[in-house]
Amino acid sequence: MPKAEEKLIGKDGIRIDGRKFNELRPTKIEIGILSNADGSAYIEQGKNKILAAVYGPHEVHPKHLAQPDRSILRCRYHMAPFSVDERKSPAPSRREMELSKVIRESLEPSIFLEYYPRTSIDLFIEVLQANGGTRCSGITVASLALADAGIPMRDLIAACAAGKVEGQLVLDLNDEEDKKGEADVPVAYTPNLNVITLLQMDGQLTLEEFEQTVNLSLEGCKQLYAMQKEALKVKYVAVKEEVDE
Amino acid sequence: MSSIVRVKQKQIAELMNKGKRLDGRELNDYREIKVEMGIIEKAEGSARVLLGKTEVLVGIKIEAGEPFPDTPNEGVLTVNAELVPLASPTFEPGPPDENAIELARVVDRGIRESKAVNLEKLCLEPGKKVLVVFIDVYVLNHDGNLIDASALAALAALVNTKMPKYEIEEGEVKVKPGYIPLPMQNYPIAITFGKINGKLAIDPWLEEEQVMDSRLTMAIEKDGKICAIQKGGTGYFSTEQIFEVSKIAQEKASEIRKLVVKE
Amino acid sequence: MPTFYERRQLVTPGDLLAEGDYIAGESTYKENGKVYATRVGLVEYKERIVSIVALKAFYIPNIGDTIIGKVTDVTLGGWIVDINAPYPALLRASDVMERSYRPQKDELSSIYDVGDLIIAKIVSYDRTRDPLLTVREPGLGKISRGQILEITPTKIPRIIGRKGSMIGMIKQETGCHILLGQNGLVLVSGKKPEDEQLAVMAIRKIEEESHTSGLTDRVTEMLKKEKEGETENA
Repeated sequence: MPKAEEKLIGKDGIRIDGRKFNELRPTKIEIGILSNADGSAYIEQGKNKILAAVYGPHEVHPKHLAQPDRSILRCRYHMAPFSVDERKSPAPSRREMELSKVIRESLEPSIFLEYYPRTSIDLFIEVLQANGGTRCSGITVASLALADAGIPMRDLIAACAAGKVEGQLVLDLNDEEDKKGEADVPVAYTPNLNVITLLQMDGQLTLEEFEQTVNLSLEGCKQLYAMQKEALKVKYVAVKEEVDE
Repeated sequence: MSSIVRVKQKQIAELMNKGKRLDGRELNDYREIKVEMGIIEKAEGSARVLLGKTEVLVGIKIEAGEPFPDTPNEGVLTVNAELVPLASPTFEPGPPDENAIELARVVDRGIRESKAVNLEKLCLEPGKKVLVVFIDVYVLNHDGNLIDASALAALAALVNTKMPKYEIEEGEVKVKPGYIPLPMQNYPIAITFGKINGKLAIDPWLEEEQVMDSRLTMAIEKDGKICAIQKGGTGYFSTEQIFEVSKIAQEKASEIRKLVVKE
Repeated sequence: MPTFYERRQLVTPGDLLAEGDYIAGESTYKENGKVYATRVGLVEYKERIVSIVALKAFYIPNIGDTIIGKVTDVTLGGWIVDINAPYPALLRASDVMERSYRPQKDELSSIYDVGDLIIAKIVSYDRTRDPLLTVREPGLGKISRGQILEITPTKIPRIIGRKGSMIGMIKQETGCHILLGQNGLVLVSGKKPEDEQLAVMAIRKIEEESHTSGLTDRVTEMLKKEKEGETENA
């Protein structure tokens, strides 16, 4: 843990983890790692380690929640007790409930829910290790789990936060930058429609800074989107290559 | 029955295309706002806001308590919201659901990030004793846009708050006679837009909320900076719409702030 | 009017497949004149229709499909059957019983009980109701022997092969009877468990390599090799 006097961004503009202002944390993605879930995916983004699993579409329980003309998306964002420095109680916190809601609302626009009336699609996001920006990494990996489950979507959704730290606008804040910085803006983006499905902000930004920050976050989203596409193909490309030999 | 008839849904959407709303408002008009302060004497501070027919009551209670370990010199601020069952046929009794939690956390965000309350001045004994400010949002009638009404009522209640003089004497917290105002240094105002048929309408009322596909809330602090944002609902916004909202929100916030803070 | 991929190229949800006067087929959607993929799969362009053979999808019932299902509940009116779809299917007692019966729950479970596997056909299904099954036709009814495999329903055509070439070859090489449920469940029954295992291996291989070419030859080769290995060990 750096001491209080240590700056988060050095004189050369390099951040505490060696990144430039517009660099994403190193990211690794795996698809289809859980055998029971209908779809699953895993992401490591910096020190974030997040698992997403999808069950459905299937019958809704309890039945009274079923909608006659569409499927309902249910989302549970949850952090493991050992995912953070000080053990977190396993009981869902208010923060987890809010995040479950906004994550669900960020993914819904993309799913063809109207194809499967009277069913539910259940999405589970488990944060195994947290180091800032978990709701964004969670959305990115959840979108992949949905694709892995064969749930038809208009497009993938990628999410990335940008913010202001020590006066500088930066991309993909880690936990320390988020806690000590001046502002954090998580954004989820879907390229085909070119629209934003998650937008929140903590901190203070002028209107101009806000515009620049959103545009910076979209850069991150676009990079993650390309990684998502690659990750979905990797499994099949590997088999094809093996076979072609 | 609060569900909206399909015919009316169409009506609202069609009018919106022409830039008009069912209640005669323009896209950027708020409903009539009334703010009353100090109506619950037992609370340290209180306020009631009527936004159109939406009614929210906020009570502030102050107690001595312990600081959070990572902020030993600061008082504690906590916001809770109750969607009281009598406020709407859609509110069920029970612990706060995701809507009540989101409401509380969005109101909290605006107040906290703008540093509206000077929490350092609420420290009695560093690391040991601080004052805890309980902001309880009580929704009494839901006719749309609970966020803006609740945030405004919370701000007004804080401005209205008079707290007893707490002092540490011989290691104990003692209450001295007299009252002092809560140390306030910023006045955030939440401005919410609903998106209907691709159009942005400020301060959506209940029937518009049932037709809208998403909402965007921005809290603006006294110098015009954005201090909190929350997109809600299952729709989406383009960057143009988001930036347009930020400009209008900034304007509207300074107008509405005058209802609570005399210049 | 442009198309943006080669035939049988691997695409992912959101990929722009074609622009212009095209029809959106399986696992695609059209918006503003553009056809996009909704699933991960191999793109097919057949005249004006753009579609995707999804590498992973779940079964949506179609009237007339032959399916394999598992009985999950016995009710007063019939049986609830899990057909590996988002919706449970219903088999009415009246479909099975010749005469009008008196609803005795015990009677029904002696015909099909919870856990039984049946081959059935879908007679009706729409957005407002769960699918309805029938076992009235010949060849339908309870499955008493064999092994059941579960594969992604979109790969069933690959297992059948062009004009039934693939499935015909497997049946010949293994001597097994193979029934393909449209819902992705496959029944393999042979004279010996080793024969059934061979057929299972072949089907699994097809499932994994369904997106590659030259598959029929490779599967034939694999089966022949395995059979040689067996006779050596015998």
